Amino acid sequence: MAYVVPKESCSGKVLSVDFGKGEKAVTIGGENALPFLSFEGEIPNRPVIAYEIQDTRPDDWPDTVKNMYKDVSGDTVAWAKHCQDNLKATAVALRLISTHPDRENRSAQDAAKTIKDVLAAINIPLIILGSNNIEKDSTVLVAAAEAASGHNCIIGKAQEGNYKTIVAAALAHNHKLIAMSELDINLAKQLNILITQMGFEKEKLITDPMCSALGYGLEYTYSVMERIRLAGLLQNDATMQPPILGDVGMYVWKIKEVSAPDSEVPDWGALEERGITWEAVTATAMMIAGTNLLIMRHPKAIETVEKTIAELI
Amino acid sequence: MIIIGEKISVIAKKVREAMNSRDPKPIQELADAQWKAGAHFIDVNTGPAEEKGEELMTWMVQSIQEKVHAPLCLDTTNPQALEAGLKAHNNRWGKPLINSTSNDPERFIMLELAAKYQAQIIALTVGKGGLPADAEERCGIAAEIMARAAEFGVQLEDIYLDPLILQVCTTQDQAMHSIRAIKMFQELNDPPMKTVVGLSNISNGVPKNMRSLIDRVYLTLLIYEGLTAAIMNPLDKELMDAMKTTEVFMGKTLYAHSYLEM
Repeated sequence: MAYVVPKESCSGKVLSVDFGKGEKAVTIGGENALPFLSFEGEIPNRPVIAYEIQDTRPDDWPDTVKNMYKDVSGDTVAWAKHCQDNLKATAVALRLISTHPDRENRSAQDAAKTIKDVLAAINIPLIILGSNNIEKDSTVLVAAAEAASGHNCIIGKAQEGNYKTIVAAALAHNHKLIAMSELDINLAKQLNILITQMGFEKEKLITDPMCSALGYGLEYTYSVMERIRLAGLLQNDATMQPPILGDVGMYVWKIKEVSAPDSEVPDWGALEERGITWEAVTATAMMIAGTNLLIMRHPKAIETVEKTIAELI
Repeated sequence: MIIIGEKISVIAKKVREAMNSRDPKPIQELADAQWKAGAHFIDVNTGPAEEKGEELMTWMVQSIQEKVHAPLCLDTTNPQALEAGLKAHNNRWGKPLINSTSNDPERFIMLELAAKYQAQIIALTVGKGGLPADAEERCGIAAEIMARAAEFGVQLEDIYLDPLILQVCTTQDQAMHSIRAIKMFQELNDPPMKTVVGLSNISNGVPKNMRSLIDRVYLTLLIYEGLTAAIMNPLDKELMDAMKTTEVFMGKTLYAHSYLEM
């Protein structure tokens, strides 16, 4: 008897979320099968990778990745255009890191101006990220949402401590929203419930269960993401069906393995290749766990992951 | 778990009056309230409906589905009325559920209708010879009904086996027999047979203020044994909360602080 591949069908479906506008708008999610198991269902959209840029020079990035942008990273608009025009980015994620009180503590108005300038210069979709300071983000992201009104951006991250103001701003200016919780599937569900109870449609949400780098808790992130997917697809839990975000770059490019010079760790392989591989491997694992949207930094790591997607899809 | 909202019944005075005067509003409101509270099916119990049964069932089905986009559980012993309901039923929101057949030859017509209209069907595990004594006897009857269903061309996956819940206040030992039957029914086929109960039968005859408690504790035990569906009152919040909590314990629902609100 011929072997028949066992198939599992899902009662639930990941919500599809579009962002950006016009021809360059992209859609993520929409699948009713586990990641890349297209023989079990429909997977209408491939995972999307956004290039991370910042609103200030990335002095804290390791050389491997910092050098890739050295000619443009002093000017946020030039950096965004470089990603769009030269690196052929599908989307850009602008992190407003300079607004953090421990960094330059720049104002919400400054951030709003940066957003407007960037949006005027590019036509690919934009993800707007705060500095991950609960208090400051609740003013910065409100101003950013207003500045980006009409551009159908993704803004984030709304967290337990500040979601109310950020949700209200995303609602008022019709943006998509990232809801972030810290590696806890029950809190991820709870935050999604609280946000939708404010009248924000679940069809406009993206879940960030918090990322981590290979060797630094990747298995926790992987497991939470996988369980979110299983709850959404197999248990048809409507609160667990938004697409998942993997904010990979920021977790990878701060660990020892991507910055320790060859002289210190001769057994670890060449520094540059090591860093790129680390980011690509972390991102690929996230994708296998169910991530629909990745934020990454190194062009070569992105290229590698894009190639993997093309082969798997 | 699949919830079949039980409130639209000829036994309820308000519903009976609305049926008799063909006033759709109270019926639609009751259907809508149950649907919003989480019912997956709305039970439509017109009783024996001997007079104008077909016209009544057609009117009920159309009136309810005009407002509520859910499948209905058609609950009458009158086969003509039932067929009229199946014809009127809008399958866009799911297959209708016939309530019910049994091992009584007079009720085999319901299997015929299930096959003809590709409906799902509840099978009460009773025969002509009175009530089943224990879980084993219920399983024996279930197996006979399953064989009969195959003859009529009804798929096993469209059958919900019902052990027949009896009231605890007069037949206390039957409470556990029915729970065991729920477990054993599932073993009659692979994939497991679906199961259903008419939950509030358990608290029939007990003082009114105790009914909700008895219903919800019993439901918890049934869910633990793998119950698929229950004909019950989705407007009983404490009952719904007990169900949701049991499903959390069993890992069927992911916990979140607000799980009761979902």
